Formats: sequence, C-alpha cells, structure tokens
Amino acid sequence: MTVVDGPVPVLDVRGVTKTFPGVIANEDIDLTLNQGEIHCLLGENGAGKSTLVNVIFGLYKPDKGTVKVRGEEVKFAGVGEAIEHGIGMVHQHFQLIPVFTVAENVILGDELTNGPFLSMNEARRRIRELEEQYGLIVDPDAKVGDLSVGEQQRVELVKALFREADILILDEPTAVLTPGEVDDFFAVVRSLVDQGKSIIFITHKLREVLAVADRITVLRNGRIAGTADPATATQQSLANLMVGRDVVFQVDKGEAHPGEVALRVEDLSVEDERSVMTVNGFSAEVRAGEIFGIAGVEGNGQRELVEAITGMRRKAGGTVEILGHNATKLTPRKIAELGTAHIPEDRNKHGLVGSYSVADNMVLNKYSQAPFARRWVRNTSAVHDEAEELVEQFDIRTPSVDVPIDTLSGGNQQKVIVARELTGDVDLLIVAQPTRGLDVGSIEYIHQQIIDRRDRGAAVLLVSAELDEILSLSDRIGVLYRGRLVGVFDGADATREELGYLMATGSTPDTEEVAS
Amino acid sequence: MNDRLDKGLSGFIRKIREAWDLQPLLVPLGAILLSFIVGGVLIAMIGVNPFEAYWALLRGMFGSWDRVAGSIARSVPFMGSALALAFAFRAGLFNIGAEGQLLVGGITAAWVGTLTFMYHTPSVIAIPIILIAGAVGGYVWGWIPGVLRARTGAHEVITTIMLNSIALFGVRWLVNSRDPQILRDLTASVPRTKAISPTAVLPTIVDSQPNLHMGLFVMIAVCIVVAFVLRRTTFGFETITVGTNPNAALYAGINVNRIIILAMALSGAFAGIAAASEVSGTNQFFQPGTFAFIGFDGIAIALLARANPIAIIPASLLWGSLLAGAPLMQLEAGVSIDVVRIIQSMVLLFVAADAIVRYVFHIRGEAGHQMESVATEEAES
Amino acid sequence: MTQGTPIPTRLVTDLGKDELAPRRRFGRRQIVGIVFGSIGIGLLGGIAPAITSETRAFAFEPPPDPLSLQFNPKTIVIVIGIVYLITAALSFLPAKYDRWSLIGQIVATALGIPLILAISLALSAAPETNVINLLDQSLILATPIALGAMTGLWCERSGIINIGIEGMMLGAAGVGFMTYAIMGAASSPGWLWIAILVAILAGGLLATLHAVLSIRYQINQIVSGVVINLFALGLTGFIRSEVIVPSGSSKGVPTADIALPILSKIPIIGDTLFTGRPLHFLMYLVVFLTWLVMFRTAWGLRVRSCGEKPHAAETLGINVIKIRYQAVILGGFIAGLAGAWFSMEAQAGFEDNMTNAAGFIALAAMIFGKWTPWGAFAGALLFGFARALGSRLQFLDVSIGDFGIPSEFFQMLPFLVTMIVVAGALGRAVAPAAEGQPYTPSK
Repeated sequence: MTVVDGPVPVLDVRGVTKTFPGVIANEDIDLTLNQGEIHCLLGENGAGKSTLVNVIFGLYKPDKGTVKVRGEEVKFAGVGEAIEHGIGMVHQHFQLIPVFTVAENVILGDELTNGPFLSMNEARRRIRELEEQYGLIVDPDAKVGDLSVGEQQRVELVKALFREADILILDEPTAVLTPGEVDDFFAVVRSLVDQGKSIIFITHKLREVLAVADRITVLRNGRIAGTADPATATQQSLANLMVGRDVVFQVDKGEAHPGEVALRVEDLSVEDERSVMTVNGFSAEVRAGEIFGIAGVEGNGQRELVEAITGMRRKAGGTVEILGHNATKLTPRKIAELGTAHIPEDRNKHGLVGSYSVADNMVLNKYSQAPFARRWVRNTSAVHDEAEELVEQFDIRTPSVDVPIDTLSGGNQQKVIVARELTGDVDLLIVAQPTRGLDVGSIEYIHQQIIDRRDRGAAVLLVSAELDEILSLSDRIGVLYRGRLVGVFDGADATREELGYLMATGSTPDTEEVAS
Repeated sequence: MNDRLDKGLSGFIRKIREAWDLQPLLVPLGAILLSFIVGGVLIAMIGVNPFEAYWALLRGMFGSWDRVAGSIARSVPFMGSALALAFAFRAGLFNIGAEGQLLVGGITAAWVGTLTFMYHTPSVIAIPIILIAGAVGGYVWGWIPGVLRARTGAHEVITTIMLNSIALFGVRWLVNSRDPQILRDLTASVPRTKAISPTAVLPTIVDSQPNLHMGLFVMIAVCIVVAFVLRRTTFGFETITVGTNPNAALYAGINVNRIIILAMALSGAFAGIAAASEVSGTNQFFQPGTFAFIGFDGIAIALLARANPIAIIPASLLWGSLLAGAPLMQLEAGVSIDVVRIIQSMVLLFVAADAIVRYVFHIRGEAGHQMESVATEEAES
Repeated sequence: MTQGTPIPTRLVTDLGKDELAPRRRFGRRQIVGIVFGSIGIGLLGGIAPAITSETRAFAFEPPPDPLSLQFNPKTIVIVIGIVYLITAALSFLPAKYDRWSLIGQIVATALGIPLILAISLALSAAPETNVINLLDQSLILATPIALGAMTGLWCERSGIINIGIEGMMLGAAGVGFMTYAIMGAASSPGWLWIAILVAILAGGLLATLHAVLSIRYQINQIVSGVVINLFALGLTGFIRSEVIVPSGSSKGVPTADIALPILSKIPIIGDTLFTGRPLHFLMYLVVFLTWLVMFRTAWGLRVRSCGEKPHAAETLGINVIKIRYQAVILGGFIAGLAGAWFSMEAQAGFEDNMTNAAGFIALAAMIFGKWTPWGAFAGALLFGFARALGSRLQFLDVSIGDFGIPSEFFQMLPFLVTMIVVAGALGRAVAPAAEGQPYTPSK
C-alpha cells in the first residue's frame, strides 16, 4: 500500500525496526503523514507507539529503516536536529520542569537572549502572541507546578509551536482530560491543522480515533496490524485489530447485593503537600457487596482522598469509619488489620519496592505476621512458598519469585499487587487507577478480580480517571469535584455525557448542585 | 587459563553472593591491585623503588605476629564507625556524624568508667556497663539528628556535621577545663580524663602496638548481629524498605518516622560502642584526639563494603592494616605515609567504578542485567 | 472550524487558591512564634533584671579616635524582648496577616545579632568592642565557605551531588602552594598569582575527576565525593612531605592588601571593610556572577533544567551530559579559588588538612540557603560571623557571675545556631529534583 501520486508526504517512515535488549519494540514499520492531516496511531499500551514516535523525534536511533522529512532523508543525532526540521512533540508524560515558570519552560533549549542575558520580556511577548493565535491561554509567569494538567498540556503545545514545529506528534494527549476538555482539545487540534500543521495523534481510545482522525494506523506488538479509514471503521473493528482477537466491551457483571455500610466518610478534609485543602467536605458511604466508583478529573482530590482513608495522610477534619470502627486516627497498619486492602494509584511509588524480589513484594503488607515472621525473625521460606502459590494462582509471568520485581512487565507487577491485596479476608477494598498503563488482557483480568471480590461480599471503593472503567464496573457512581462529592448516580443509569458535564463543572445542567 | 579460573571461582562466588550478597571478589581484588599500581607510580615519581616501599609496607602490616596484631587493633574502631554509616545508609540516611557519635560515646564511657562504684564492680559487670555507656552516648548523639529529620525535615547531613563540631568542642571543654575541673585529670600533662577503673578494662589479647584487645570480638559480634538484624528480622526488613522506598514503606504500614529515628540512633550507638571499646581496651582514658579521622574513614570503609555489615570486617582490616603499616614504609623507604591514603582512595574509587576494573582485568560484568530493566521500562511506556 | 478556537480559560482543575485557602492551623510559623515568645519572656523576666545597667559601647573605629555607640545593655535587652513578644503574638493572627508575621520573624531573627553582642558585652569585663572590625572579620572568615557553597551550588543545580568540596579545596590549596614553593617563593610576587591560577586549575581537575566518575561511570555520587576527599587528603600530605618541605620554602608571603577605589574612602567603614585581600573581594564577585549566570543567562537556565528534570531537557535538544560536565568543572574552579585562599591568602603555607571541614560547612551553608546563591551566601556569613564572634568573645573574657564562659562554647555557637535554624525556621529544604540520579541519554 504505497502512495504513488500526490504531493510528497511531510513525513515518510520506511521499514523502521528498533530493538531493546530482549524486546523488539518496533519491527519494519511504515508510516506516512501528509500535509494538513491528522494521522492516528492506535495501539495498546506496550504496542510500540511511543517507541516509534521517539524514533521520529530523534530520541532513539532506529536499528533499521529510514525517516524522510519533506522528501529529505534524515538521520537525527539528537532531538535538537528533529526540532530544527520542524518536528515537535507533546509527550505522554509531560516533559515540563515544575519549578520553572511557563515562559522558562517554553524557551528552554531555544532561549531568546539579549547579549549574554535571557530576554524574558521578549519571550513573554512571543508566547502571548502564540497563545492568542492558537487559543492556548496560560499565564507565562505562572509556575508550571501550580498549573492543572490541562494547562500543562497547553504549555507543551506552546513549547512545540514556539519552535515553529509544523509536524506535531501528540502522544496520548487526552489521557488526562475530561470528556468536555477532550472536545475542546479536538477543536484546538483542528485549528492547528487548519493553520497548516500536520499531526500524528497517538491514542488507545477508539472513540477519539473515530472523532478526530483522517487516517488510522494500528500497531500491535511492535508491528503494523493494519490501517483503517475512519469513515468506514467501527469501534469494534478497530478494537479487534488492536488486540488481535474479539474484544468484549461489556464487563460480565451480575447484580449487586448491597449489605451493611463498610466505609462511612463524613465531612472529610485533607490537605496536599502544598497545604491546599484538596479534599474539602467529602462524605460518602460504601456498602458491602457493592462497587462505588468515584469519577472525576485528576487533581480533584482523588489521591489525597484515598491516602487519607487508608491512613497514609493526615486528615484536617472529618471522620472515617471502617467496618464499624472509627478509623479517623488509625495508622495504615491498623486500618489494614481491620480488613482493608488497598491497591494504590502509583504502583512504583507506593505499591512496590522495585529492587525487592517478587516474593518480598508479595508479603509487603503482612511480612510481620505469622507465618511470615516468628516474633521478629522473618521466615523467608514461608514467604517464598506463599509467593510461589500466588504466582501460580494469579498467573503472574515471572522467571522465579526471587527476581527483582522491576524486571517484570507493568501488567505482571500490577498482578502482584492485586494478588497480595486480594489474599485473605478483605471486607473493604480500596482501588485507585487499577489498570493504568496496562494491556487489555491484564485490564480484563483485574476487572474480573474486583468483581469477584464484590460478589464475595467485599465493599469496593474504586477511584479511576478512566470514565469507561468507572461506568463498566460501578454499581453506584459518585462524581468528585474540587474535593467534594457533587453527585451520586446509579451505575446502570449514568451516562457519559451526564457524568462528563458534572466532572467538568461541578453541577448538572438543570440544578446548581446535587448533594450526595 | 583465565577462563578456568573464572569458572572455578564463579561457583564459589555465587555461593557467597547468595549467602551475603557480596559482589564478586574479583572486583575488590582487582581494585586493590590497581590502587597499588597507581600508588607505585607515585612512589616511583619521587625516585623510590615502589617494590622496596611496598615490601616495607607489607612488613609494617604483617611482618611479625605483633605487627599483625597491631594492624588488627588499628581496624577495630573502624568497624564501629563504618557500621554507623552503613546502617543509616540502609535506612536511606546519610549519617556523617560518626565522628561526633564516637566522641560522645567515648566520653560517656570514660565518665562512667571513672565513677566510684565501678571500682567495686567485677569485670563481668563493669565491662558491659562501660560498653553500654558508650552505646548510650552514641545513641543520644545519633537520636538528635534522627528526631530532627523525622519531625522537622532538617537534613541529616547538615545536622550531623553540626553535631560533630558541637561534640568536638563540648568534649574538649569537658576534658580541658581546669576551673571548674570536670573530667580532666589534673595530674596529666596533656588534657585527658582520669584512667577508668581497672575492672572496666577490656582484656588485652596481644600486647602489640597498639594493643589488641577483646574489643575486636565485641565489634565483630556487633557486625554479625547487625547483619542478622538487617537480613532476617522484621525490623531489618522495615529499615531497608524505608531506605529503598519510603512511600511504599508508609503504604505497607511501617512507621517511617520511627524507623528514621531508630536507625540514626542505633547508628550512633554502634559508633559509641566502638569508642567505648577504644577507651576501655586501648587507652584506659579518654582523649579527644584519639578519634580524629575515625569517623571520616568510616564513611569510606562503609562505602567500600557497600554498606554490608559483614563486608565491613575485611574492609576495616584492610584500612587499619594499611594505616598501621605505613610508618615502617616511611622509616625504611622514606615514602610519606600519605601514599597509603592515596591508595585507600583509589581502592574505594575502583570498587565503586567497577567498570574500570572489569575493563582492565577482563572480568565479565553484569551489565546485561541493568540493560534488561531499562528495556522493560521502555517497552511499557 | 474557525481560526483559533478558544479553549475555556478556566478549567475544572484551576483550583482557586482563595477558594481552597488552608484552614488556620497550628504550623511551623506558630512554633517559631512560640520559640520567640519564650525567648522574649526569658529576656524580660530573666536576663534584663540580672544584667548590668552600666553603659557599654560599640566602637566603630580603632582607638585612639574612637567613634562609638554608647548603649545600655539593659535597655537593648528589654526592647528586643518586647519585639520578640510582638513577633510571637503576630504569629497567632489569622492567616491573612501571615505577611506581617513573617516580617516580624525576619526582624526578630536579625535582632539576634545585636542581642548576642549586647548580652556578651554586658557580661564581659571590657566596656566596648569594635563592631566594624567584627564585621570585617566575619566577612573574611566567610570567604572560603561562600566560595565552597558556590561550588556546591553549581554541581547540585546541575544534578550532581558534591560532598567532595572539602577535597577539592584542600587539593587546590596543596597543589597551589606547591607551585608557589617550588617555582617562585623567593622571586617576584607575580609567582603567587600563577600559583593561585594553578590552584584554581587543580580544583577544576579534581572536579573533572568527580564528573567523570559520576557522569561517565555513573558511580554513586556520594562515593565519588568521598573518593575526592580521601584522595586530596593523601595527595596533599604527600605533596607537603615530599615536595614542599624539601623545597625549603614552607612559608611565603600571602596576597597583599588592596584598597578598593572610592569604596575604601567611605568614612568609618571604608578603611576596614573595603581594604583587604584580593581573593576575599573576588568572592563577592563570584557570588554575584553565580547568581547572574545561573538565573539570568540561557546557559544557567539549562544547568538548572538538568538538575530538575534531565529527560525534559533532553527532549528539547539539550546535551545534559555536556552541561553537567561544564557545571561541575566550573564549580571545581571556584573550589580551587577557595583552596588558594587557605594556602595563599589567609596565610602563605600549607598544613595537612588545613581546610578543616570548611567544605562540609560550605555544603551546610548551601543547604541552609536552600540552593540559592544569596541564601548560601547568607549561610556563609552566619558561619563567618559566629566564628568571628566566638574568637572575639573568647578574648573579651565573658562570665556570668563567677562562671567564666569557656571559649569552647563560643566556638560551638555557629554550629548550634545553624542546627536550630535548619531544624526550626527553615524546615524541609527542597533540593534540585534530579540531584544524585545518574542520567543515561536515550538511545
């Protein structure tokens, strides 16, 4: 499938192969991008999308293959040359320096100077011009660390535009936005195209691909799985192409049978590191045998809420009652001993000790209990046995339980956490972003485990930024907005639109505010 | 030839690594060899035959049983000061306060050792008392930066540096002051405390220079106990977890602040025991100058041993014997004893930068392992 | 689709600070307030009644023409005591008056200096002390610490921890003086400056070693720093006994006093403060340039980005490795200058371990100053002042009743003050985010 006639594509990738020791990240990939089009690159986590664009952007050197920019073959020695060729990239994990101002972040590497000194006034002026031209308003003097994710994303775009990029690579740009923001973002993307930019848009969200793409290329396991035309493709066809088998969208889930209240939170207030009250008067109840999902844009207090409930963060006010005990002032250990399990949001930061073996990670929450310790002496063989059993039971792919856990894939790491937390009696399960960065197979598996626990009578508090995840798992859905619950819906009745509006504004179209 | 050696050794090495997590011994040995080559070049530059100098050094270290004993005796306090750094290091803290912890531990031991009741106490009790006194002194001096770190976030590097100086001036005053007389022995010509009770003196094993006393076994026992605590107890697991990933430790229900305070305080106690053993076994009195550089060298020894309590024993022995042997090298070959310091720094350098040693001696590396973990990371993003 | 479709400027997560203002609570500011309050009560209730009401004086010029400020220590103690109480009260006002509380605490901290002076003077037998002289002494003693702190700043801001400042200074001091001793001790003073230049280069060389070890070989940066310290200690000892002593010129003539034009003509202070040794004055320039280059130039911006998030810098085409090498080696040159101060300005000669932990104190000053040039400079001044005060008070023979305060107490003072300041008022200092982490460029 080669383009024979027509203008020269602005970007032409031929036969790119890139391997890392033990992993073929890209194999024989072809990709073209024409002037003024949006080419979507679709694929699961780990399919090799990021590797491919990092090759295009000069961060990685391909083992094989060529990259042509506007017909001219290029071999970038580094990012600097890619930028000179008009390529700009908005990275999935923002490459911004939190302690710098917006203007400093934008000019870094391409500084405007007046003699030997930085010319910040000139920089501000140019940034304002760009912001107005493309509708990306951010205060150039604000510290990036103080900005919301949406604003940070605008800074990333301004950074690329400041370097006069006309080929823009957007790597999972919508992962952090609400449905409403996504629409606004698409508008920006369209306006960029209208002004002559060409865009590679990476995502794993099917809905978005169909909404925005001019052309679609699907990657799977580092290879091109196929191309599709957005006019004819459906979500189902794309999903099958992406995963390589038939995908069931609907999670198989029976009816909930709610019982006693297992978690009761009243008027909870929590501060973040900067002493900002990010959870502010949160109240909710979760019953045994139900999944209570909390939807909301990231940064509305989810992290602090979960950390406060599990005892990891000091509460500024309010009460938490877990399984009939007042848990407001309890330590994480005490809360766990009440029968609470916690799958944390950030597995590398909280959930695992990367240099520890799989076995030690498997008992991180119970290393001091029998049989893993006799008084204060650890029983490593009991730990080993337990780990081998769980590895078997939860189908964790690891060469042995003695290898450091950071040699495992993300999906298997998350499975270790799930295995650890779901072993033994769990009456209250607190789950935060359980499937972030995982492939479809792992996602399905973890969803099934959560539902199983519910069916065995556990109360589940699910916090996720993925609205689809919330919608498919939850029996009841609460919307978190500025640290407060602004609405509670029945899981079966809630719609994306309704939730999205509430997530973005904190109120429903007809009423000012819905109390929980 | 090389290959066979490699093969033969590798099985043995694997065993040791499994038991004590030691790096292959080849690298440290290669590092020592390289360091001596560097030192030799320096010696040759001043017109001395390096082999002559090293022969004198070697005889200074191990030339007679007395010299062997003296070398070992020089190593004993390093075990404590290195352990003080290593233990805190495992908890993710950088305790450069061993110098102060030694001083406070030493003066506490000396003070307790000169109390009247000690003269009437049998050695079986008096020796443990003086050692515990040293440990308590060091514990307190380590506890302060621990508490400050846990409660106010004050960086332990600053506070321990400050506490080193505070301890130095503090003990200097206690020992120097004639009016009021506090701990000074007014009959002595140099500022020092009175001699401790004879019942509190650790028995000498070899009357070498300096004398080798039972403190050696005390410190080796402490090293072994610490190794056991770190490897096999829940407290050790908690300590290392806090040091590796404090967030995960918090998540796992570990009281992170408590571990920080305890790790610093215990580190201080290890230095304190070493100081007490010196006061009790070597001098029988306390003199601030005795401990100069012992804390400083402890940092290097602990890093040389990669914060492994068992590896600290051979590392201290190497350190101590080099220092003990250097004077003979100066006497016979006319080479400044400072060459030994240069060699020591090179040993540390080559052990840390093992890539250099592997390159020079063609030792197969473990580079592949690192690359793999990078790869999994890449594939994920 | 219209051009420039605007995105709503206010998004969900633009959390307005005022809407989510922290509730009033008991925090650090209140604790500091209580500390000041307690000192204030102590001053008014304990010290003021006990202190002499005889007049004391701060002299500004050396005798025989003393220009002096007469004062009554009792009055000063009472006034400062009242200020401390006010500061304490301010810290309990509602949150919106935080600014006033902060100002109060800064003023109260600054008043600590005259307070210590007044009390010490009141307790001593001498009726006066020369303040300008004291200030001058403080600044001189702060020289190597400030320079060392700038070294640390350049390294750490680029992401490389440097606990080898001590070794870099010591090595430079030794190599510099060796050059002076073997080449030109007897001949013209110009040799001294060549030796100083050699010292600077020696500092740079040791820093290059640190850079190669920690950037190229990615060894633990703390280990690398310890290697530098040990190596410098051995090397300079070796140099002293094998080269300097045999050369027969163990002592030399240090840098000569210079008078800064115009400034030295300022009455009262000019003669003392602006007449002095050249490296000391160079220190001010280094601090100023450090600030200017680090915060006002493109290269400085890049250095800071490497210390915060090297991979972000990389995505903008910045060569992180190169920048780090440059910053660390620049830091080494500054440490070399500090080393030259020890062996060729404070005195002309080299002694083993003559830097005597100044490098570690410089590190403390840098952390004290929260990784900023002026903050680190202030930290260095605090150490310099406390040291100068210590030696001054030792000389003044201070006593409370019959108890002569031992000189060790004054020598201890700067360290005690720093510890209290770091633990109390300063709190968690935020180091550059990427500090200490080895960086591997993408392939």
